[in-house]
This record gives sequence, structure tokens and C-alpha cells, in this order.
Amino acid sequence: MSLAFDEYGRPFIILREQERKSRVKGIEAVKASIMAAKSVARTLRSSLGPKGMDKMLQSPDGDVTITNDGATILEMMDVENQIGKLMVELSKSQDHEIGDGTTGVVVLAGALLEHAESLLDMGMHPLRIAEGYEMACKVATENLDNIKTRFEFSKEDIEPLVKTCMTTLSSKVVGRLKRQMAEICVKAVLAVADLERRDVNLDLIKVEGKVGGKMEDTRLVEGIVIDKEFSHPQMPKELRDVKVAILTCPFEPPKPKTKHKVDIDTVEKFEALRDAERSYFTDMVQRCKDSGAQLVVCQWGFDDEANHLLMHENLPAVRWVGGVEIELLAMATGARIVPRFQELTVDKLGHAGSVKEVGFGTTKDKMLVVEGCPNLKAVTIFVRGGNRMVLDEIKRSLHDAICVARNLVRDNAIVYGGGAAEISCALAVEEAADKVTGVEHYAMRAFSDALQAVPLALAENSGLPPIESLTAVKKRQLEESNPYLGIDCNDTGTNDMREQNVFETVIGKKQQLFLATQVCKMILKIDDVIKPSEFD
Amino acid sequence: MAVSCRRLANNRTYLASLAAHDICRLTRALQMSQQSGILQQGATEERGENARMASFVGAVAVADLVKSTLGPKGMDKILQSMGRGQEVTITNDGATILKSIYVDNPAAKVLVDISKVQDDEVGDGTTSVVVFAGELLREAELLVNQKVHPMTIIAGYREACDCARSVLESIAFNHQSDPALFRKDLLNIAKTTLSSKILTVDKEHFANLAVDAILRLKGNGSLEAIHVIKKTGGTLQESFLDEGFILDKKIGVGQPKRIEDARILVANTPMDTDKIKIYGARVRVDSMAKVADIEAAEKEKMREKVRKIIDHGINCFINRQLIYNLPEEMFADAGVMAIEHADFDGIERLALVLGGEIVSTFENPETVKLGSCKLIEEIMIGEDRLIHFSGVALGEACTIVLRGASSHILDEAERSLHDALCVLKETVADARVVYGGGWPEIRMAKAVEELASRTPGKKAMAMEAFARALRTLPATICDNAGLDSAEIVANLKAAHGADAESRMGVDVVRGEAGDMAELGIYESFRVRQQVLLSGTEASEIILRVDDIIKCAPRKRG
Repeated sequence: MSLAFDEYGRPFIILREQERKSRVKGIEAVKASIMAAKSVARTLRSSLGPKGMDKMLQSPDGDVTITNDGATILEMMDVENQIGKLMVELSKSQDHEIGDGTTGVVVLAGALLEHAESLLDMGMHPLRIAEGYEMACKVATENLDNIKTRFEFSKEDIEPLVKTCMTTLSSKVVGRLKRQMAEICVKAVLAVADLERRDVNLDLIKVEGKVGGKMEDTRLVEGIVIDKEFSHPQMPKELRDVKVAILTCPFEPPKPKTKHKVDIDTVEKFEALRDAERSYFTDMVQRCKDSGAQLVVCQWGFDDEANHLLMHENLPAVRWVGGVEIELLAMATGARIVPRFQELTVDKLGHAGSVKEVGFGTTKDKMLVVEGCPNLKAVTIFVRGGNRMVLDEIKRSLHDAICVARNLVRDNAIVYGGGAAEISCALAVEEAADKVTGVEHYAMRAFSDALQAVPLALAENSGLPPIESLTAVKKRQLEESNPYLGIDCNDTGTNDMREQNVFETVIGKKQQLFLATQVCKMILKIDDVIKPSEFD
Repeated sequence: MAVSCRRLANNRTYLASLAAHDICRLTRALQMSQQSGILQQGATEERGENARMASFVGAVAVADLVKSTLGPKGMDKILQSMGRGQEVTITNDGATILKSIYVDNPAAKVLVDISKVQDDEVGDGTTSVVVFAGELLREAELLVNQKVHPMTIIAGYREACDCARSVLESIAFNHQSDPALFRKDLLNIAKTTLSSKILTVDKEHFANLAVDAILRLKGNGSLEAIHVIKKTGGTLQESFLDEGFILDKKIGVGQPKRIEDARILVANTPMDTDKIKIYGARVRVDSMAKVADIEAAEKEKMREKVRKIIDHGINCFINRQLIYNLPEEMFADAGVMAIEHADFDGIERLALVLGGEIVSTFENPETVKLGSCKLIEEIMIGEDRLIHFSGVALGEACTIVLRGASSHILDEAERSLHDALCVLKETVADARVVYGGGWPEIRMAKAVEELASRTPGKKAMAMEAFARALRTLPATICDNAGLDSAEIVANLKAAHGADAESRMGVDVVRGEAGDMAELGIYESFRVRQQVLLSGTEASEIILRVDDIIKCAPRKRG
């Protein structure tokens, strides 16, 4: 293939074959890709579900992360294979879109590819398989619309939302405290949610953490936590009902961007300069004071002199506050961010009910807690945990739960979890497959089998006999035509997921199906893999 | 190798045997793990049983490493740093040991982390928490080998932990309402903490020292007001608590060495030359005469500054930054004591203690809050001259001066004292107290075992394992003291079984079970609770792992 002839019969080389260059073609290429994708899926398989196991990941710098969040595992796994990277992207896009189900989507894609492999062995064309998958995916998503139920909640009745979040959290390290954590998440989401527009801006929820203490100490701050302390150790540690000025200019003499030199050649000039310098500081502080501010939050540093003057004028101040925090603070307090001292006026000040400096444990770490802001649209979840790894894991789990709550606020249609939706879809696809003739028939059947890989993995991870439990549930679903039956992971004695309160959002589930099918299609379409020679 | 520690001379043979054992198991694990071929070159992945084995081995090895330091008869470790100078630290503080060893095993890192947090949160129990987590994992390994699913073990551990915690809460007692009794409690706690450290010989002395210092704080939780100064020379017995504040700095030349009723200005301002803070300013002159003029102006500026400072009506000036000769001389002329270069911590502490504010501008002398104290004088400790502030505004402040034969002893003494102070501080905040010597562990183990006997299913096995792990703590104390641990722990178990209110624990001195109340072995409730919770938490996260993926180490240039 790499040698061709032009119209005069002269040979020319299209692709230079070299020893170092590796090239795989045709069916072999597809199979190699499938192998790689399967291997990634296999790693994640054991992390699925409430009894899923964690992975311990050591970064190139030796830091250790312990997690069972699919997206995090794949991101940190250092995958080199290109197809493997596709799977990583797959889980990432599920994370970005929905925020949950990142493991499930990879397991599903892996199963789809695994079944595609046997179809390839039967001699089917990869694209026909992909087409069959597309058709099956359509049937499955339609089925999801049929079995979905509305999920009712309101700002007053948050119980249903809390229950959903508890499902998400039950598989994580915070499982022990899922009730408390779920409530925190739901309250946080509802605090920033716009229920009329069905919109939640997740930027307004900040998840801050500090190592130490117990998980139980995690709490929701209806305001903002800033990892800074007051600039002068002797400023008051607690302020009530303060007017806040937010500055993005340093308490220092100005530094013009243009190059310039101030030349001093006489004693008079030297003294004038000295006076000018002093007046800069007094001016700046005076301007803040005149505007009526009672707390100054600044993005930049203070000179020692300015710092003392502020202290002297009873004007507590915080320096080196990060850009994100500044914006959050501005949103919460209703203050305008002021870039120049000259523009500081009364109407640009914000208001906060209380500002407190809080210390932790025996170390000297301190944080500022700003509460009682007029605009309650920004909240912070303050996480405590035994060590850094637990803390990071709690943060990730809370993020997942917050995403779930957000999705429900956006669209309150749900399907039941525990593999119930997958089994129901599998049955629907099987039924549809029987009405189709041709190669697609087999592809659709394979899709249906692949869908069952999710409940299979769930059962396996929960220590149940996988095939027995899956077939039992499948049989009951068929007999009772009840799409709410799933795998009883928590060993509660019932297969009805409505009783167990295990459900997922329809958008999340649909997204899983779409993404997995798309990736499959993409991988099946590759028929030639050319790797350039590696540089030494 | 699971743990590579720099040099631990004391039990090198023990470690060597441990290491050989680990290597054997790990290589077996490595051989079994297959390369998946999709990861970066140099990255490794271990799955299922192998992963679990690797983390068990790592965590248990770290726990065994510090195990021999537990209890009043625990041994010390020598830590030699790899950096220049090969500094040597001798310690038996779990957190300090684990902080300084280089650990490669990810599971072991979890334990190191947990002991660090224990140190930050409550200050003591850093060894106990690691040993406890290690024991839980050792028991879990046995269960896993018996084909119990890790999730089942975790479920059992969680329930056992909840049970143990409620027992611990119910057996704690509180004497805060009675100051005399409370002081006795504190003293006992301090003695118990110190008995496992180098200060054990003088524990009476140091326990009094620590309790006095803490009680001076009057419930105010900041240890910052307690200043510890180390001076080599003398013996540990000569260490003392000073009611005032001692600053390890010099008084300027020619200035008064003793001031009564001092008015003190604490400042943070450049006293060498004032930098010009306006950007881009520079001095450019065309003749030497003008240089002299500007120099004079500069000097005049400094003089004016000093005059302004003196105008505050002070007789002592403490600056964070350097004080040059010129201002120093002026202060001497005015009869003001000037102390330069008190570092940042020192300045903040001084400001707190003396009740003044840290000043950087001197325009408004009338509004500046000055610090004050009854007497400032220079005192001699050993060979060194230090500045002593007595009768300070903040009555809570005090200084502990540690004396000892060598810097190693002093370092270790400081660590021990710090532990004791932290524990006492926690106890003042949460006055609940339990007996020591393995008493709470035996009680908890008993309750957990009772729970296990009522629990159906495989979880019960995990609970029994939890109880066994709890009993290992007193057993380790015995082992380290060279006692027959099996005999003593069995006796304790029997004593507690016969009498539900028994106060028997390990009496290391006589080598038998003894009444903890009579022996005065008390511990802080907070510490014990934290050990229980963190230990369980750590073992849980390690147990949940079924796959270890190690990225290729970053190439260093």
C-alpha cells in the first residue's frame, strides 16, 4: 500500500516504511484499539457502584491520591496509548457535562467494544456494527424517556433531593456521613439556584478544605471562607456589620508602566520626595477611611508603613486575596471592585454581617469567614478530614453530589439506578432487535448485552453472584414489566429501587449512552494506526 | 523496598529482618502483576490481591517501625539527615520520626500523614494512631486471606468504631468544676505524657512546669504566649518557668541595662537607612559636595525619625529590623534601651505580651498604644545574657527555659514539652479525662466484642479483629517494657470481665496489672478519641484500595 505508480508507471513512495515506525492496519488496528480501551475499562470496573473499591494513584512527584471517582482516576493514570486517551477524554466529558457517572460511561464503552470484537470475528464490517449501535442507542434513549418519572421537590421540601445526593455519596469515602453531607450539598445548591430559570451557577459554590478535625465538622458557610488573615496581627479578630471596600491596587506608591527616572540632585528635592512619599500613604489610608469603609480587602500587598497606618486608623485590612475570592466577595457583599483609590466612594462599598478570623488545631493556620452577606448567592462548603487524601476525596465526592443536585434542578426527570435503567433498556433494545433484519440485528443484540455489563459489574463489586442476580432481576422485570427493579447492592433485601431511593437523572443516563456509543463508533472507524518513530 | 529509612541504629537488625521479609513478598507480587501496556513507560499498575498486599506490607512496616517507641519504656530512634552536616536527631516522638523518613510506599504515606495530622490537631498520640492503624490492617489482612470482602471488613470496623467511641465517651470523667481536682488531673495527664519521653526522670518537675504554664493561660487557647528557650549547659532539673517574658537578644551598647516601669514601643521599621519607596527614584549629582549634602539630609531624616520615636515618651524601643549605629547612639544618648532584630515571631509575641501595638509610622505619638512592664533587666543563663521582662501586662505570658547537657537532649526535651503542653491545652478546652495504661482500650475492646457476639454475619469477624487490634496497644506497651504481654493483657481482660467498673491497666513499673486511678495514669479524652477515629479512618481508606497505579517518576534534570 505504501508504494504507488503514477500514470507513467514510475513508482513513488507514499509512506516511508521504516523499522522504527510501527503501523497496524485493517481489522488488526481495530482489534488493537479495542484491546487498549478494554484494558482501561477493566481498571475502572471494580470502582463502580456503592461497594466499589478505591484506586491508589501515585503522581510523578510521589503524591498519593486515593479515589474511586472515574474521571480523577483516568486523569491521573498517565495513559500513553492514544485509544486509552480517548477513554480518558470520554470520562472527562461526562464529568464536565453531568459531573456524575464517569465510571459507568467508561465501563459501558468498554463493554460495547468488547462485544464489537466478537462481531468483528464473525466477519462483520466495523461500520455496520457502529450503525447498529447507533440504532440501539436511539431505542435505548427512547426507552429512557418512557420509563422516566418526574421528581418533585421544592425549596421547602428538600428531602427528595437529599436522598438523591445520598445515593451518589454512598459509594464514596463519606458514605458514613452521607445524610449530613447530602444536606450540605443540597442546601448549597439551593442557596445559589435560580429555581425560576432552572439554572445553577456552580462557580458560586466554593469547596474549601483544611486538613484536620473530623469529617463531622464539615459545614456549610453561608458566605465565603478566605484562606488569609488580617494584615496586622493586632487588628480585631471579629467584626460585625461592616462596610467592605474591595481594592485591586496595592497600598504602595504608584509604579507607572512607562520607564522613568526621578533624579534627585539637591537636598531640597530629596526632602520633597520624602514628603511626597509620606503623603502617598496618608492619602491612601485617608481615602479609604473617608469612604466610610470598615474593612479593606486588597488583592495586593501592603507596605509596612501603610499597614501600620491602617491599623492606626482602626481600619482592619486583608492583603493578598486571590482573584477568585475577590470576585466572590464582591458578588456576595455587593461591593464594587475598585481599581484606584481615587474611585473609592460610599456607593461602591459592600456589606457583610460578620467577618471572623478562625484558627484551627495546634497549628497557627487561620482563615477568614465572611458571613451574613446581603447577597446570599455565594456559599462555601468548608470541609474537614483526617488527612489530605481523605480531604481531597471528600471534596471530589461533594462535587459529584453537588452536580447531581444541580442536574435535578435543571431537569427533574429521573430513572432508577442500581442497573434498573440499564436492564430495562437492554430489554427494550433486545425487543427492537428482533424486528430488524441484517447485520444490525446482531449489533443491537450486542448493545443489549453490553448494557447488562453495568448491573453485572455492580453485582460483582457488591459480592453478589453476578449472573444469578442479573438474570433474576431481568426475569422479574420482564414478568412484572416493572422498570424499577435493579441490583440490591446494599443488601437491603429489596430489588425495588424506588424503595431504596436509588435514582439518577435522565440527562446523565442519556449522556452516558450517547457518549459511550459515540466513542465506540469513533474507535471502530479507525482502520490504520501509524505511529511515528520515537525520538531518542 | 517498602520503607527506606536513613539510619535507625537502635534496631537495625530488627529492621533488616523486616525488610528482607518485605522484599520477598513484594517481588512475588511484582512478578505476578502483568504490564497492561497502555500506561506511560515506567508507570506500573498493581491490581487486586497484589495491590492490597503491597499496601498492607507498606502500612504494617511503617507501624512496626514506630511500634517500639510506644509507651513509657519505648526506645528512641536516631535519625541522621542526608543533607550537609548530617545532623542527628534522637527522638521517640512518632510524628518526628515519620516526618523525617523517606517513604516510597503510597499506603505508608497515608500513615505518615495521619500521624502528622494527629500532631497538628492534638499534639500527642502520634505513635499510638499509627500503631493502631497498622494493627487494624494486620488483622484485616488475615481476614482478607480468609476470603472476607474488604467492604465487609470496613462495615464491621465502622460499627465497631462507633461502639468503641460511645464507650469512650461514657467512661470519660470530668473534674472541671473542682479546680484542685482538675489541677491534679492535669498534672497526672502531663506526667503520663512525659513518662514516655526523655523527661521521664524529671517528670514531676516538668509536669508542674507545664501545668503552671497552661493554667496561666486561663483557658485562652493560644500556646503562643508560652515561650520556650533552650540553653545548653546545666541539667534538665535546672529548667524553670519564668513568670515574665525572656527575649534572647542583646541590648544596644551604652544603653541602660535595667529599666523599671518601662514604657515600650514595639516597632517594625527600617532603622538603617530609609529606603525611598517611590518607584524609579535615584540620586544623581554632579559634585562631591552635593553627595555630602544629600548624605547629611539622609542623616537628618534618620535623626528626625529617632527624635519622633523618643518623643513617644518611651524608655525602651524594640525593633524587628536592624538598628544601625547612628540611631543606636542617639537612643543611648536619650537613655532609651534599644533592642534590634527581634524576629517576626518575637515581635508579634512581644506585642501580645506587652500589650502594645506594632508601629511603623511615628507621626501621632499621642494615639499609639505603648507596651509596658514593671521591670526590664539583663539576666544570665549559663553563659548567655538575655533580656528579661517581668510584670508584663498580659499575665498569661510566661517563658520556660530549658537547660540540658547537649542540644540533642534539649531538642528532644522541647518536643516532649510541646507534646505535654498541647495535650494540656486540649484538656483545658475539653476537660474530659480517661485513665491511661491501656485502660480505655481494654474497655472498648470488651464492648466491641460484646457487640460482635450479637452481630450476625461476617461483619462480626471484623469486629472481633477490631477488638484484638485495640488490645494490641496495651500489649505493645508491655512488650516494649520487656514484660510478658500475653499474661498481663489476659489478666487485664479477666479483671475487666469480673468487674465492669475495674480501673486496671498496665503498670509498667511493677510489671503487672495495676489500678490506674491509684497510679495516677491519666490521659486526655480528646487524644484517645482522635487516635480511635483517625486510626480507623486511615485503615479504611487503605482497605478500600484494590488497584495501585504509580506514574513514572518525573525526570529530574
